[in-house]
Amino acid sequence: MTNTTRILYCHCQYAQAVPPEVKAAVLRQLCESGVAFDAVADLCELSARQDPSLPRLAAGGPVKIAACFPRAVKWLFHTARADLPLADAEVLNMRVLSAAEVTAALFHAELKPNLPPGKVTATDAPTKAAA
Amino acid sequence: MPLTTESTLRVVLYEGADAQPLAAGARFAALTALLEQGFAVTRTVAGGRVAPHSRGPLLVLGQFNDGHPPDLENSAGGSPVRFQDITGLDATGIAGAVEGVRADTGAARHGDWKPWFPVIDYDRCTNCMQCLSFCLFGVYGVDEQNRIQAQNHDNCKTNCPACSRVCPEAAIMFPKYKAGPINGDVVQDSDLGKEKMKIDISALLGGDVYSALRQRSDAAKARFSKERDDKKALQERQKCLAKLASAGDIPAEVLMSLPSPEEILRRAGEAKAKAAAALAAQPR
Repeated sequence: MTNTTRILYCHCQYAQAVPPEVKAAVLRQLCESGVAFDAVADLCELSARQDPSLPRLAAGGPVKIAACFPRAVKWLFHTARADLPLADAEVLNMRVLSAAEVTAALFHAELKPNLPPGKVTATDAPTKAAA
Repeated sequence: MPLTTESTLRVVLYEGADAQPLAAGARFAALTALLEQGFAVTRTVAGGRVAPHSRGPLLVLGQFNDGHPPDLENSAGGSPVRFQDITGLDATGIAGAVEGVRADTGAARHGDWKPWFPVIDYDRCTNCMQCLSFCLFGVYGVDEQNRIQAQNHDNCKTNCPACSRVCPEAAIMFPKYKAGPINGDVVQDSDLGKEKMKIDISALLGGDVYSALRQRSDAAKARFSKERDDKKALQERQKCLAKLASAGDIPAEVLMSLPSPEEILRRAGEAKAKAAAALAAQPR
């Protein structure tokens, strides 16, 4: 992993969507490592709140995200008006990958962008709600 | 208070100069406890990169030497910054201390609402307005360009994925749902077929889901007026709605909590009118 790549971990706190043993093992590995990282309780909640941390997380350069499906993560950020950079974001899906696979990818030097490439950029985003 | 107006407390676990690092096990226990209470936590290390701070209160935790926080440069842009010495505290104690600061700062309390709401995949969405027309709870609206968007997230009925079933493009996700493609998994051609079949289910039930509900509700009401037996009427209503619930994977409690038939008609009419207006305003 380059020293400019950030790590974001989602605990998916408010559902059992991610196997508890997987997220616990990933978090434990992060805590035992010497790396800095951001951990959020639940990306869905932050997205619904349009939390200002999401634009900062999205705009801060290359990022690896341990969460769920890349398509869901892409649009959760978009919902908060915080489009992730398609070329600089890799999502590790804790719903389907093992903890070992997730941590290996998190700590690997290479970032493998895997967000679905699509037509939407910030300019396509829905704007402020109409009255 | 609307979800989007509440500030959230960001917690930073500081283990830099003038502070003692936590043991790995204690760090894991502390982070787990804080995440389970809904907090966002940043672990900082020298030279590591994390997200910059944004608006809202900030709490810095650390095992500070002599119990005093170091003279850290305040780069929080005017946001209130607090420090908490956690020397000698276990995970429960740390979580309690952070909760105290949260309450003191008036920051958002977490966990009162399960974040269940539709997330739209705009790569797939064709802006057909079927979701807006379908939803009785005012979750959907349009932006200034008449593009569909989920606007009132906390109006959504927890665990109900019904609107995703009516989307012809499988563009509506509920990331906490159990199965794909509604959970965000890749959409396959076969999934589109399935979604279309689910729309047909509502047709089989008598034109649309709401007319079926109205009929069921009317029948239940008639029985209720004759029998005057609350429990029996409720059981009958539950039985009648069970088929709908299983067909659309709609939680029974959502169906049981639907408003009166008259109110359903009124809301459905409103939703359809909003959808029609948005469609009419779209450029051809």
